[in-house]
Amino acid sequence: MAEPTNSPAGGGLGTGRDEVQLRFREDDLPPNAQVTVDAFLEQDDATAVRVEPGDDARDLLPHLGRIRLVEVNFPVFGDGRGYSAARLLREEGYTGELRAVGDVLVDQIAYMRRCGFDSFAPERPLDEADVKAAFDRFPHAYQAAADNAVPIWKLRHG
Amino acid sequence: MYKYDSYDQAMVDARVAEFRDQCERRLSGKLSEDQFKPLRLMNGLYLQLHAYMLRVAIPYGTLDSRQMHALADIADKYDRGYGHFTTRQNIQYNWIKLEDAADILADLAKVEMHAIQTSGNCIRNISSDHFAGAAADEVVDPRPYAELLRQWSSFHPEFSYLPRKFKIAVIASEQDRAAMRLHDIGINIVRGPGGDLGAAFYVGGGMGRTPMIAPCIREFVPLDQLVTYSEACLRVYNRHGRRDNKYKARIKILVHEMGAEEYARQVEAEFAHLLEQGVEPPLAELERIKPFFDLPEEVANAADAPQAESPGSELAEWILANTHKHKNPAFVSAVISLKPVGGIPGDATAEQMHVMADLAKEYGFDELRVMHTQNIVLPHVRKADLPALFAKLQDASLATANLDAIDDIIACPGLDYCSLANARSIPVAQKISRRFAESGKAKELGKLKLKISGCINACGHHHAGHIGILGVDRKGVENYQLLLGGSEAEDVSLAKITGPGFDEDGVVDAIETVTDLYMREREDGERFLDTYRRLGMAPFKEALYG
Repeated sequence: MAEPTNSPAGGGLGTGRDEVQLRFREDDLPPNAQVTVDAFLEQDDATAVRVEPGDDARDLLPHLGRIRLVEVNFPVFGDGRGYSAARLLREEGYTGELRAVGDVLVDQIAYMRRCGFDSFAPERPLDEADVKAAFDRFPHAYQAAADNAVPIWKLRHG
Repeated sequence: MYKYDSYDQAMVDARVAEFRDQCERRLSGKLSEDQFKPLRLMNGLYLQLHAYMLRVAIPYGTLDSRQMHALADIADKYDRGYGHFTTRQNIQYNWIKLEDAADILADLAKVEMHAIQTSGNCIRNISSDHFAGAAADEVVDPRPYAELLRQWSSFHPEFSYLPRKFKIAVIASEQDRAAMRLHDIGINIVRGPGGDLGAAFYVGGGMGRTPMIAPCIREFVPLDQLVTYSEACLRVYNRHGRRDNKYKARIKILVHEMGAEEYARQVEAEFAHLLEQGVEPPLAELERIKPFFDLPEEVANAADAPQAESPGSELAEWILANTHKHKNPAFVSAVISLKPVGGIPGDATAEQMHVMADLAKEYGFDELRVMHTQNIVLPHVRKADLPALFAKLQDASLATANLDAIDDIIACPGLDYCSLANARSIPVAQKISRRFAESGKAKELGKLKLKISGCINACGHHHAGHIGILGVDRKGVENYQLLLGGSEAEDVSLAKITGPGFDEDGVVDAIETVTDLYMREREDGERFLDTYRRLGMAPFKEALYG
């Protein structure tokens, strides 16, 4: 797992949901998304959008080319719709930043990473040692998802 | 028996380390109870009335003697010397300390076991036919498919925060011994018109407060698309399942509100998309898994003469009641009843678990199964070994001859253990079992499935009982509703409430009333359920309420 890069303040902890704590990208940090999916669809020039749990991420598919940042909000950590939203954006070829914001807990970030998230702006900052442990924990994955992990079945069968 | 390779073992070991870390963070106050709760639940650790309860996964109910011994040792070392086998084909311990939880997982990992996803809003332990691999009537052993799905669903990154829990059953015969259509997804491995194997998908069944029978949404999914189709079913649910009300969050509500056709249409669209994504393991993986489940060579080939029993003997009665037809006529599957007269359904002492493990080793080719009816099966027993096996079961008080009889009761732990329950289940089960065993009526009644739940969540499957009992709380008093006409099998149906409920003794009398009516009215070969279906509710109601 790559070390987080481009974190603000030289890798220090963020303090709010607009602060990116972990980022796994080399490009410049885009401006934060301030528009909802509905508002985004009415604007021709917006390049960042925030997806809420009830939104249909498929609505964004015709516009993927101009999007630099998709924030997926987790108002409560137990609402897992954002995982599917992330995966289907990646499966449809979205390569911009995919950021998990809100009630994002350290025990979830490895799963989120597998679903295609490459930056994290948790409401409450995560302990960096716990973050490292979470990403280092599982040696393999049983199933294919939206990351580069080679599933165990592929390791078994080449 | 599936055996872990280094990949499987590494995943389970990693999970032990992760859970140890999570428990330590909870004990040190770094995690709040609210944050810890979904994490511990996803590992089968509940906070119950008196203590923590740990639910251990037994994938598709299959285990070997080494594993059964380990379960017994855990009961001795960390609990009060017993365990409870449940309708999810697993085992739970009722008196666990949080401080011990990670050590228990470490002990389990040593014998290729775990508690991964035995609770929580994720894909749960996959269940299957308890006679799989042995039953004379199966198309194929369903367990390799269940194992393929076990791996796919373990630590699934997209489906670990679903709207609610999610249960999958896999069978492969026309006879349904796994309540397949009362699962979130029921998969029946079938032969298609061309003779190829494939899977029929039934989605949106379940019990609980809104019981529903799953409709078939796809009659044939080719075997090399099984995981992809499952993934599509789950994704539609994760995206569109209700989250505003936990009682309406199960997939059965989505399928019902959306309509099975529309749900199936959306699954097909997602499926077509996912087929391009390479989520399906190659058939070679299924082929790798299959041989682990091969019949022992001796079981496949043996042809010894069946032992003649003296009719009317205890042994003959037990064989008649508790054995099931094997694909090799020299063998049977033998059911060890965990329903002694007046006992707690599904409970076994550590000592009994050791005995069952030893018997599996000696007479059962080292294999055991947990049944969803809370009994244990030795799937491959040579007919000639039955007298010796029976004698040893008698010594361990495990020889009750009551499979599928009225005293082979499914009962949830109820108010004696469970923090959700409104009423006790265990004492009711004990009273019924005593009353019918002692009067001899249990035998006369023949096949009669009785199921008791201590609350509306239906862990005791009362909706699917030929006779069901639902405990409710009425103004602080335990009250028991009687239901008739349910079945979890291939003739699946949901039981109906007879009318006003009864108190604890009243419900036992009421069961006697309806079964007496059945005995007067039954025609040749009719089970209680058949007579009820022929006569309808009216005469039973009349007998109960006058």
